[in-house]
Amino acid sequence: MLTKRIIPCLDIKNGRTVKGVNFVDLRDAGDPVELAKQYAELGADELVFLDISATIEGRATTLDMVLHVAEQVNIPFTVGGGISSIEDVDALLQCGADKVSINSSAVKRPELVNDLSSKFGSQCVVVAIDAKQIDGQWKVHLAGGSIPTNIDLFEWAKDVEERGAGEILFTSMNHDGTKNGFANEALAKLSDLLNIPIIASGGAGNVQHFIDTFKEGKSDAALAASVFHFGEIPIPDLKKELKDNNIEVRL
Amino acid sequence: MKLIIINYGAGNIKSIQFAFNRLGYDAILSNDPKDIKSADKVIFPGVGEASSAMKMLKESGLDTLIPTLKQPVLGICLGMQLMCLHTEEGDTQGLGIFQTRVKRFSNRVKVPQMGWNVIKNLKSDLFKGVKENEYMYLVHSFYAEHCNETIAATDYEINYASALQHKNFYGTQFHPEKSSNAGAKILQNFIEL
Repeated sequence: MLTKRIIPCLDIKNGRTVKGVNFVDLRDAGDPVELAKQYAELGADELVFLDISATIEGRATTLDMVLHVAEQVNIPFTVGGGISSIEDVDALLQCGADKVSINSSAVKRPELVNDLSSKFGSQCVVVAIDAKQIDGQWKVHLAGGSIPTNIDLFEWAKDVEERGAGEILFTSMNHDGTKNGFANEALAKLSDLLNIPIIASGGAGNVQHFIDTFKEGKSDAALAASVFHFGEIPIPDLKKELKDNNIEVRL
Repeated sequence: MKLIIINYGAGNIKSIQFAFNRLGYDAILSNDPKDIKSADKVIFPGVGEASSAMKMLKESGLDTLIPTLKQPVLGICLGMQLMCLHTEEGDTQGLGIFQTRVKRFSNRVKVPQMGWNVIKNLKSDLFKGVKENEYMYLVHSFYAEHCNETIAATDYEINYASALQHKNFYGTQFHPEKSSNAGAKILQNFIEL
């Protein structure tokens, strides 16, 4: 049976991981390659690197990092952040990234999703959607959640699916950073509405939250950052608990 | 050991090259028929869309070369699918090495299948030392139907052929280069065939 995926997310700036990472036995916690290898060893199913470099030089350094990750890590990984053209994607795939994640650039120019999926295949096009529930309506936000739009989450998700997205990475801004659990109601609605995999993001605080998002939220994968980076939830323990709760995972 | 990865413009071949590097082998990317014919082992990769991949193969004459190869050839993902008789993707004629057809998963399941699933009923030297129900990484919307050449099976919507072998030709639907240590073992086995 296809298993549910656990995906640690690393923020990258100028080729280095940022936000605190607190791993024992890690010589250099800022080195994304070493961190990625560690996660692969621990049983992470996939990795996401989010490039938050603001400069061209920073992005070039990130490409170099992607190459080193691809050289040394034997599980799939996605790179996101600041991708807005076929050329950007081509460069990342050439360096060995398996998938790319696009967000604001897709909202600004939805044809980008069509272009990327027809050129590189749906399997490598993840559309990330940041949305916030306001007065009962889920509205898409841009630029890391800072710019609200009038676009409805569900309509947008359906639109990008039709345009050839291979996967949706949905972050609930209401839940992100709260450690109070994932947005399972919206996730389940997405999962029912779409026929492509949905990655839950935002709100992971404990093991029960992962159980809930796979059961109630019908999520195909769950992404988290700090609970993994700070060792609050060790991935082997998490997966064992999921298995004990009859959720199919790779052990 | 001369190891060639056929480079016809399809997909993420760097990952395959790196996976062999990690095992201590240099793999050369090439679409030169002379190179490919003289290799000890040939990898036939493929990610993307079937009809355009087949078009690229035809443009370089590789569609007629590949079926004549005598050394071990490993098709991965779309590479394996293109070695079959036909695929529903773009209604594409395949190379006809494996006597089976490739169909699309229905919308009763999420498509693509994306993630880790198990392989079972393992039947080939390709899987020497790999245990039944080992997890492999798969990303695909189309699957090969079972035939006499099935050497591994996977369940997703239905039970289908996740690996095939005909004489010196091998194919895996999963990505051994992305399937952690067990995937590396399969690549090592291929090298040792």
